[in-house]
Amino acid sequence: MSILVVAEHDNHSLKPATLNTLGAAQQLGSDITVLVAGQHCGAVAEQAARAAGVSKVILADSPAYAQQLAENMATLIVAQAAGYDYVLAPATTTGKNVLPRVAALLDVAQLSDIIAVVSADTFKRPIYAGNAIATVQSLDPVKVITVRTTAFDAVAAEGSNAAIEAVEAGQDSGLSRHVSDEVVVSDRPELTAAGIVVSGGRGVGSKENFAVIESLADKLGAAVGASRAAVDAGFAPNDIQVGQTGKIVAPQLYVAVGISGAIQHLAGMKDSKVIVAINKDEEAPIFQVADYGLVADLFTALPELEKQV
Amino acid sequence: MKVLVAVKRVIDYNVKVRVKADQTDVDLANVKMALNPFCEIAVEEAVRLKEQGVATEIVVVSIGDKACQEQLRTALALGADRAIQVDTANGLDSLNIAKLLAKLVEQEQPGLVILGKQAIDSDNNQTGQMLAALTGMPQATFASAVVVDGDKVSVTREVDGGLQTLNLNLPAVVTTDLRLNEPRYASLPNIMKAKKKPLDVKTPADLGVTIKNHVQLLKVEAPAERQGGIKVASVEELVAKLKNEAKVLG
Repeated sequence: MSILVVAEHDNHSLKPATLNTLGAAQQLGSDITVLVAGQHCGAVAEQAARAAGVSKVILADSPAYAQQLAENMATLIVAQAAGYDYVLAPATTTGKNVLPRVAALLDVAQLSDIIAVVSADTFKRPIYAGNAIATVQSLDPVKVITVRTTAFDAVAAEGSNAAIEAVEAGQDSGLSRHVSDEVVVSDRPELTAAGIVVSGGRGVGSKENFAVIESLADKLGAAVGASRAAVDAGFAPNDIQVGQTGKIVAPQLYVAVGISGAIQHLAGMKDSKVIVAINKDEEAPIFQVADYGLVADLFTALPELEKQV
Repeated sequence: MKVLVAVKRVIDYNVKVRVKADQTDVDLANVKMALNPFCEIAVEEAVRLKEQGVATEIVVVSIGDKACQEQLRTALALGADRAIQVDTANGLDSLNIAKLLAKLVEQEQPGLVILGKQAIDSDNNQTGQMLAALTGMPQATFASAVVVDGDKVSVTREVDGGLQTLNLNLPAVVTTDLRLNEPRYASLPNIMKAKKKPLDVKTPADLGVTIKNHVQLLKVEAPAERQGGIKVASVEELVAKLKNEAKVLG
C-alpha cells in the first residue's frame, strides 16, 4: 500500500501535525512519500526526509505554492497522486481546505478527521460534535483522508534518510490570489501540540481579565485556549477557540476556567488526559467531564493556584 | 448577480444526540431539526449582499427528502427569493451532494455560491471545496469577511494561526465560518410571505446525476464515557491531586 502524505508547513519548518499524520500513515503501510509544496521550502523537504518511516520526499518549489492556495495545490496533488492508494493530510485548516478539492477531482469521497484505522479501507471518525463515533468503509480505489492529529502519535522527527525528488511546478491557476496574512504572534506553545492547555470562557468577563488566564498558562508553560463564548465576546482571538468548529486538543492537562461546557466545546477537548474545571456554578455541565472540579470564583482561585504550582 | 446558497436540515445544535441501541446510526426520531447554523450564516450573508445591491437574486437549495422544504421555507423567510429542493434520500455523502449542486450551478449560473463550512451532523467540511473543484471555480473556505468588488471577491479566512485574505475571480465558492455575521430572525410577516415564494422540486435524474455510493456506514457507537470525577474543596487540594494522583504537574 503506497501512501502520499501532504506536508503541513510554513515554508520554513515542518509542522508537528505532519508527524502525527505520518503516525497514521504507518498504520496503513510502509511505502510513505511526503509531498512538500511551497516556495523556498527546501529546508522543510530536508526535515521531512529525516522523519521516521518516510521513504521518499517530493518537493514542489514554486511561487504558485507559496501560500498553498487550494486551486494550485489540488492540481499538483492530483498530478502526483497517480499510483498511490492513499492521500493523507492533517485535519488542519490547510488540509481541510485542500483535500476535499483533491478528492472531487479524483472522483472519490473524502474521509474527514479520522481518529482510528480499523483496516485498510475502514476508519473511525467522530460525528455530531464527537457525540457519536462512526465506523466507515471507503468503497473508492483511492482513499483521501484527513487525520485528527491528536488521535495519532507523532513519529520521531529523526530516523530516516529519504531521497528528495524535485518535481516541476504546474501552472498557476490564476483563479485566486493571496492578499495578506494577519498572524497572531505568540511565544506560548502551539495550542494543538501543548502538553498543558489553560482555557477561559465567558466567565472571565472581559478581554483585560483574560490576563489571569494567560498568567497561569505562562506559569505552567501552557498554551492558552478559549471557548466560543469568550471569542464571540471579543475576550480572545478566534484562532485559539477550542471546540467542534475550532481547534481539537488532547493535552495531558486541560484547565477549563469559567467555561460552562457546551457540547460544542467538549467536542474539542474531551480527549484530554486530565480535565480540571474551575467554575463558580456548581451545576455547570463541565463538571460532568472534569476529573477534578473546583467550585470557586476564578479571580480568587487562579492567583492562588498560580502561587502554589 | 445571482447568489446560490446551499442549506442543510440537521439536528438542532442544542440537542444531545443518542446512538440507536442497534448501533446502526444516531436516533433522529422525534428529534428537533433545524437549519444548520453555518447555513444560516450563509443565507444571512447572501441577504446582506442583496441589501448592499450586490446580489440581485438569492436562490436557496437543499438536498434531501421532503422534510427539508421546511428549512427552505425558513431561508425564504430570511430573504431568499426562490428555493429548489433536490429530492433524494437523506445522508448522501458530500461528493454526491457536490455533483448535484454542480449541475444546479450549471443551470442557474450564479456569480457566487455560498455554503456553510460544515454541517454539524456529519462534521465533514467538504461540500464547498468539492463543488469548487467540480465547477472549476476558485474557493475561499472558513470566511469571516466577504467583499464583492466588480468581478472579484475579497474574502478573509479564519486559518490556524490567524487570518488570511484572498482575492478570487468570480464566479467563486465561499464557505462561511461562525464570525462572518450574526444571522437575523425571520419575522412573522416574512414567514407568511415565504409560503408564497416559489419552491421547485427536482430529482437527481432531472439533473442528470447518478447517485453512487462511496462510503458505507458500518456502525455508530457512543464515545467512551469519561470516568466520573471528583470535586475538590480548595486550591491546595487541587494542586495536591494534580501532583500526586494525576501526576500531571511536576
